[in-house]
Amino acid sequence: MNAVMGKWLGGREGFLGLIILAVLIMVIMPLAFDIFRLNLIGKYLTYAFVAVGLVMCWGYGGILSLGQGMFFGLGGYCMAMFLKLEASDPISTKIQSTPGIPDFMDWNQITELPWFWVPFHSLTLTIIAVILVPGVFAYIIGAAMFKRRVSGVYFSIITQAVASILTILIVGQQGYTGGINGMTDLRTLLGWDIRSDSAKYILYYANAVLLFGCILFARAIIASKLGKLMLAMRDREDRVRFSGYDVSSFQIFIFCISAMISAIGGAMFTLQVGFMSPSFVGIVPSIEMVIFAAVGGRMSLIGAVYGTLLVNFGKSYFSESFPTLWLVFMGALFIGVVMGFPNGLAGIYVSYIKPRFFGDKRGVPTMPVTSEEAVAVETKSINSTESLGHHNASV
Amino acid sequence: MQLGGESYMSSTEATKKRDFVLTIEGLTVSFDGFKAVDDLNLYIDKNEIRVVIGPNGAGKTTVLDLICGKTKATSGSIKFKEKELTKLSEYQIVREGVGRKFQNPSIYENLTVFENLEVSYPKGRSVFGALAFKRSAEVISRVKDIAKEIMLVDFLNTEAGLLSHGQKQWLEIGMLLIQDPELLMLDEPVAGMSARERELTGDLLKRICANRSVIVIEHDMEFVKAIAHRVTVLHQGKILKEGSMEAVQKDPKVIEVYLGH
Repeated sequence: MNAVMGKWLGGREGFLGLIILAVLIMVIMPLAFDIFRLNLIGKYLTYAFVAVGLVMCWGYGGILSLGQGMFFGLGGYCMAMFLKLEASDPISTKIQSTPGIPDFMDWNQITELPWFWVPFHSLTLTIIAVILVPGVFAYIIGAAMFKRRVSGVYFSIITQAVASILTILIVGQQGYTGGINGMTDLRTLLGWDIRSDSAKYILYYANAVLLFGCILFARAIIASKLGKLMLAMRDREDRVRFSGYDVSSFQIFIFCISAMISAIGGAMFTLQVGFMSPSFVGIVPSIEMVIFAAVGGRMSLIGAVYGTLLVNFGKSYFSESFPTLWLVFMGALFIGVVMGFPNGLAGIYVSYIKPRFFGDKRGVPTMPVTSEEAVAVETKSINSTESLGHHNASV
Repeated sequence: MQLGGESYMSSTEATKKRDFVLTIEGLTVSFDGFKAVDDLNLYIDKNEIRVVIGPNGAGKTTVLDLICGKTKATSGSIKFKEKELTKLSEYQIVREGVGRKFQNPSIYENLTVFENLEVSYPKGRSVFGALAFKRSAEVISRVKDIAKEIMLVDFLNTEAGLLSHGQKQWLEIGMLLIQDPELLMLDEPVAGMSARERELTGDLLKRICANRSVIVIEHDMEFVKAIAHRVTVLHQGKILKEGSMEAVQKDPKVIEVYLGH
């Protein structure tokens, strides 16, 4: 039991942190909010998967990916393809010139279901694809980059470029992907109406359970020797290499894991929100997700969830109360956190709250944001706040 | 060891027959036309402590970089026992049994001394091996043995970043020792150490090289005298002189380019 406590739950303190978060998400929020707001929180929590993945690869692995949206999007699209096929049965699409294929294919003069859509008739294959497609994609990017020792800012820029390319591809291949509108009008999962209030509740809880599953999984990795190696690699890559480790294989692994965790979030997003579009794949959402992780604290898995919730609540609050100014507030929040609290909410907890209530103990390993990275993220956040308006409107 | 420097260098027959741990022949590396190491031949015996000295820019560190794979050779061969190292990547060279200590203490400052040594323990080196790695009794006793050897047994739970400079150097040596390499390469192990620490480090090196060969780069001539079996003087990427400490110190060319200053 002690071993389980230590490894999976992060000791007594980690366990307590998880319980508090679980009570907040699973009890307090459903009681405090109506189903419309709760569904919105469910949507935010799907972003938390990406933030958790970023804690793994950015916080622990030192790999700042500014393209996590692609994995979120790929997971979401895989799920959307299944739902879209189910919504496009021959009876409900009989007015199309080719019944039985998704409506956007028909509009684009496609007369036959493309081969890569066929596996998505099966839910089992879809669930496998949700994990595997982003995993393989991340493996290809990771292998191409890390084996050549591309790292740091260069890696970040390349992930952005790839995210951008993927968006262009999705938008351009309208007949296969639904283009800029994405895949809309998703209704049922194996005949179960996902738009009903009861379904929204169930999906909210399923999402929460999956999120905790991912956090526990990530904790187990961090607690293993691999977790220590990640920290070691982040600080002294050469020392690890000259201790007989193939550094690139570890970097690829952690990048793939973070991609797969993000993809689960994407799939849950599609289920809860009922559509998927390229606006969740590109640079802007990817940067936003880095902000969530930075605000939460990039060394803290639980902090990432709080960071995601806080930033998104802030976003809704500011955008409702100060429609013209909220982007400025968001930018200020991010810059303030990066400048003042480089370890985010978790850092504030470790340095100010914990010593007062629990006595001083060694907590989350901290690491100052390197100035290069901070500048990279800040520059992007300015760009992202400009285009956020459009993105938000489309949601 | 009985053979004089010149005699065995010139007698290729003899060098072929002898069982060298490391055989470097015709090794050249050029950076944009500048030959940092130029047609170098170097033979390291079993259980030998070889000290490499020479003025700044002589190519000492580059030679170590070449052996451990950090820099790729332009031409020439580096044979470790029967294996050609120039074709292997860094981690494969380490797994063959070559350990390298860097000039500045290169340790994991955020981990404890115990964790530093544990991470260097040569098991669970693949991704899934590392995930499944368990802190077994064997690992713990090995870590403690090494900690005793490097005089850090009282600091096992100390964060490595809090150690003194000399202790950090020892820790890095310990991280190599736990892998039990057949060839150990140390780049200026006593730089920045106090006199007392130098003495302890000299004793440490003498103890640990019992069953392995060691290549040391060092500037501190007292220290070199204390530990070296043989000394190689490098100058402009070439060997200027090789032999015992006394022979090297008397050599007029060595005095002119290096010791005289």
